[in-house]
Amino acid sequence: MTRGQTYNFAYLDEQTKRMIRRAILKAVAIPGYQVPFASREMPMPYGWGTGGVQVTASVLGHDDVLKVIDQGADDTTNAVSIRKFFQKTAGVETTTETANASVIQTRHRIPEEELRADQILVYQVPIPEPLRFLEPRETETRTMHALEEYGLMHVKLYEDISRHGHIATTYAYPVRVNARYIMDPSPIPKFDNPKMHRMAALQLFGAGREKRIYAIPPYTQVHSLDFEDHPFEVQQWDQACAICGAEVSFLDEIITDDAGGRMFVCSDTDFCNKRSGSTAA
Amino acid sequence: MYVAVKGGEKAIDTAHDLLAKERRGNPDIPEIATAQIAEQLTLAVDRVMSEGSLYDRGLAALAIKQARGDLIEAIFLIRAYRTTMPRFGYSEPVETSRMTIRRRISATYKDLPGGQILGPTFDYTHRLLDFNLETEGPAQPEIGSSVSRPADAHMPRVLDLLGKEGLMEPPDGASAARDNGDGKVGDLTREPVSFPADRDVRLQNLARGDEGFLLALGYSTQRGYGRNHPFAGEVRMGEVRVEFVPEELGFAIEISEITLTECEMVTQFKGSKDVPPQFTRGYGLAFGHCERKTMSMALVDRALRADELGEERQAPAQDEEFVLSHSDNIQATGFVEHLKLPHYVDFQSELELLRKMRAEIAKAHVEAAE
Repeated sequence: MTRGQTYNFAYLDEQTKRMIRRAILKAVAIPGYQVPFASREMPMPYGWGTGGVQVTASVLGHDDVLKVIDQGADDTTNAVSIRKFFQKTAGVETTTETANASVIQTRHRIPEEELRADQILVYQVPIPEPLRFLEPRETETRTMHALEEYGLMHVKLYEDISRHGHIATTYAYPVRVNARYIMDPSPIPKFDNPKMHRMAALQLFGAGREKRIYAIPPYTQVHSLDFEDHPFEVQQWDQACAICGAEVSFLDEIITDDAGGRMFVCSDTDFCNKRSGSTAA
Repeated sequence: MYVAVKGGEKAIDTAHDLLAKERRGNPDIPEIATAQIAEQLTLAVDRVMSEGSLYDRGLAALAIKQARGDLIEAIFLIRAYRTTMPRFGYSEPVETSRMTIRRRISATYKDLPGGQILGPTFDYTHRLLDFNLETEGPAQPEIGSSVSRPADAHMPRVLDLLGKEGLMEPPDGASAARDNGDGKVGDLTREPVSFPADRDVRLQNLARGDEGFLLALGYSTQRGYGRNHPFAGEVRMGEVRVEFVPEELGFAIEISEITLTECEMVTQFKGSKDVPPQFTRGYGLAFGHCERKTMSMALVDRALRADELGEERQAPAQDEEFVLSHSDNIQATGFVEHLKLPHYVDFQSELELLRKMRAEIAKAHVEAAE
């Protein structure tokens, strides 16, 4: 390649995309299983969405319409940066409207609006291994998955309850996919976990630094881990969104002054804009 | 107000403009040229090429300029460029015993075939600021003809000399027995690392690894955390030819000449029922002149051979998963710095739980008091 020449469609070369698509196919075939892949070095830092970007680059076609969100919002700086990256390298149409997107790359949220079968949701994943903080060694955790040996995780959740009265995990709350693999849903709030269950859209997860891809095929069973006497429950707010009045969405807390003043607003900006009838922020 | 919190597109553009302004500094001062960096900040260029895994002085100099001298940022730029380059094939192994030597020292022998060649080194300088360099600097020193005579064309490796006597284990150590059979060298940029890793992949990981991280780990082995009693058997630096066999030709042609630094450590002997005691090896290799890096690499390489040599793994430097998973500064800096990205959603979830737990405790106190 001569210097200054433009990059391939969606940045990655075709061989790399094919390698990633193969990993994705394997991931779809074994729901919740972490497939190792030869993650490339991307022009954005590790931990800032390199896995999601590689997955998006591999599934993106010329006719796709891309939406990128971070913390639910289209206008957060990293979402803007990744959207610009694909505008520049793939020239695809982009949107902020959930319903209009065919591919949605997300960090830390699932859109409030129900996704359809013709959409793909791509998650950015920092630590793909749900057992990592219980067992730091990859050699060990892979064996535990292979043997379906998940006792350690249940003990951890039980200890939470005995110590705090609650399962003290509020985001990246572990799920069991298709009654087999325990999977890290990426650091989405547990509020979003139920949306993963039997979702019509294909869900793909990319972890660039850790070199893993995993997937939840459409309409797959996704169960958030819990106990019979301590069933899984999601966060609730006493308030409604201060802008659109929604009572069913995940709310961000905004500090408005230094005297304890605060307001709560939807974290999903598209959802909020639509409800309040305002144009894009 | 709400939008302001979320930042946005304009903010990014402005940040980029501010960055460009900071990079240029005071416009009254002449702009630094990449050729000046390539010629005068050579050791920075060498480090960026080594850890960036791309031998190109011009690109490394450009990266250093663009990164405002932040070498990890420069390495990042090089890695991101490298990843887009097509792979034509693999060169023949370079032969470092036929290196055009500019520096070669051994700490194990006073004199040896080929001699000790000090070359350009900080080693015996007094670290006194040279205020002459503040202005134009002194004229280029004349190198006496006696000093500039070419070194021997063939310099036997110190460890090979020991090997001839049977005092040194073979270059591949015991790992030759574990060769996966296809004779191919692993490449962690094309295949994800799996554990336990083979020594070829380990060495590649270390060669790309952060100099500071390897330095600290190497140092820790000297202080007792996985001690292996090292001697700097040999450190050599100079130019080697790179040869490549194009498919259509079928024989090797020289495509380039690159500068390398190589370090071979002589470390503590081991023996077994069948093999009499022998010295063991640690190996370090890097692009350019990177002595600190290659010496540290050799110490860590040796420490990571604990399993192979039947040593108990006790220290961090001997722990393959720990070392290989954390040596890459681009991975490390990305993940540490990603904490700057917004985490409002996760934080909100934690806030909600914490408030709930505190309310429950307060309620329990009230009930207990009643």
